[in-house]
Amino acid sequence: MYNKGTIIPGLALFVLFVTFPIWFNGLTTAGDLPKPELPPGGEKQCVMPADYMRANHMQLLNEWRDNVLRDGNREILEIDGKKYRKGLQMACMACHTKKEKFCDSCHTYAAVTPYCWDCHLTPNEAASKEAIH
Amino acid sequence: MKYTFSFLAVIALVLIAWLGSQIPGMQYLFGVAIPYLAIMIFLGGFVYRVVQWAKSPVPFSIPTTCGQGASLDFIKQDKLDCPTKTSEVVARMFLEIVTFRSLFRNTKSELHEGPKITYESSKWLWLFALIFHYSFLVVVIRHMRLFLNPVPAWLEFLDFLDAGAALQVGAPLLYATDLALVLGVVLLFGRRLVNRQVRYISLANDYFPLFLIFGIATTGILMRYFLRTNIDIISIKELLVGLVTFSPVFAAKIGSIFYIHLFLVSTLLIYFPFSKLMHLGGVFMSPTRNMANNSRAKRHINPWNDPTIKPHSYAGYEDEFREFMVDAGIPVEKELPPQKDE
Repeated sequence: MYNKGTIIPGLALFVLFVTFPIWFNGLTTAGDLPKPELPPGGEKQCVMPADYMRANHMQLLNEWRDNVLRDGNREILEIDGKKYRKGLQMACMACHTKKEKFCDSCHTYAAVTPYCWDCHLTPNEAASKEAIH
Repeated sequence: MKYTFSFLAVIALVLIAWLGSQIPGMQYLFGVAIPYLAIMIFLGGFVYRVVQWAKSPVPFSIPTTCGQGASLDFIKQDKLDCPTKTSEVVARMFLEIVTFRSLFRNTKSELHEGPKITYESSKWLWLFALIFHYSFLVVVIRHMRLFLNPVPAWLEFLDFLDAGAALQVGAPLLYATDLALVLGVVLLFGRRLVNRQVRYISLANDYFPLFLIFGIATTGILMRYFLRTNIDIISIKELLVGLVTFSPVFAAKIGSIFYIHLFLVSTLLIYFPFSKLMHLGGVFMSPTRNMANNSRAKRHINPWNDPTIKPHSYAGYEDEFREFMVDAGIPVEKELPPQKDE
């Protein structure tokens, strides 16, 4: 083998790069799994089944956003006798009141930073703002 | 046809993963066994290929010189294109790897009436290659968010930039590199079809990686934006973090599109070391780029030279054959010693 001095360190560097996730995670520690807190009020029913919501909630919210803000369609949804107004704060956060314990738990784990909160307030924030005014 | 075969091969791979992952119990094969096998073949094969190359001697000093070589003091040397020092070689290699300078020199030749041949600069390959390689790099780095827990801040920032570059469209946010990667593959494929000379020399093993990467990109895009049934990113990340910490778990049912995507990626990893994709390692190993053009200052010794064969100078040659040369009437530098008359 020629040029061992450069090729062997180069290959070692390459293997380190490729196996980056293994040693970054500390070899065998998978880290904490997210534990989203279920609604404190004890509600069991949502606008869609839990499986669907887990995979598609962002698309549903995007659709609602377009309906309400772009098309002015504020139609109230009635699902299994319960009425929902289209909106993150009006529908979702009525039951899932704690953003920090519900939304954030998975979003942090998956490194997703949705821009919902650029405009929306969490119930906590909304309460503190009301207290100021 | 060369591209039909490659195309059908990728379709077959998609079908294998799609149908295979439907069979109960096969999730383990497609989600754990094949990815592990793939990464081992990739790493082992890559190292093997590089070591094989490193064992091959370079008999001659063969750097490609693309500019003025080192000469007299008042003649300006082109240090990047005709390097004589290691530092210059490193600079040349770095720019080659990062900006694909040799593709920038690409020309096209055309035959006109006359017949007359013309050469003109053709930067398309360089442009398409830049789009393709950089978006692919960012896509690969972005995927690390699914393997790392906790996710480092710089990775989140990269994600933010990528989604921001596509103006925060849709939910989940559209990535600029998703579009650029597909665009890059389509452009590189289109080049092979449109350019007659390139089309003539293109083989099935040129088209296959393009189709495969196109398949990987489209299944990824479909999974992220369209076919979201059972694509719960949390259970997917749990599986992937499990893979890199050697304790994979299937927390929930994952949609087939995920297994198709993963199987195509595994195929790419397995195929990689045995294909032209090895230019990833080869670019570092190519003697036309990584040698300094200093053969006049420093003698390049062919590693396979037989040490028992000594250098033979002209003076020595003439000493050996002078008599015969004089006999044959060939001029010599040193005449034969005068013969003694008897």
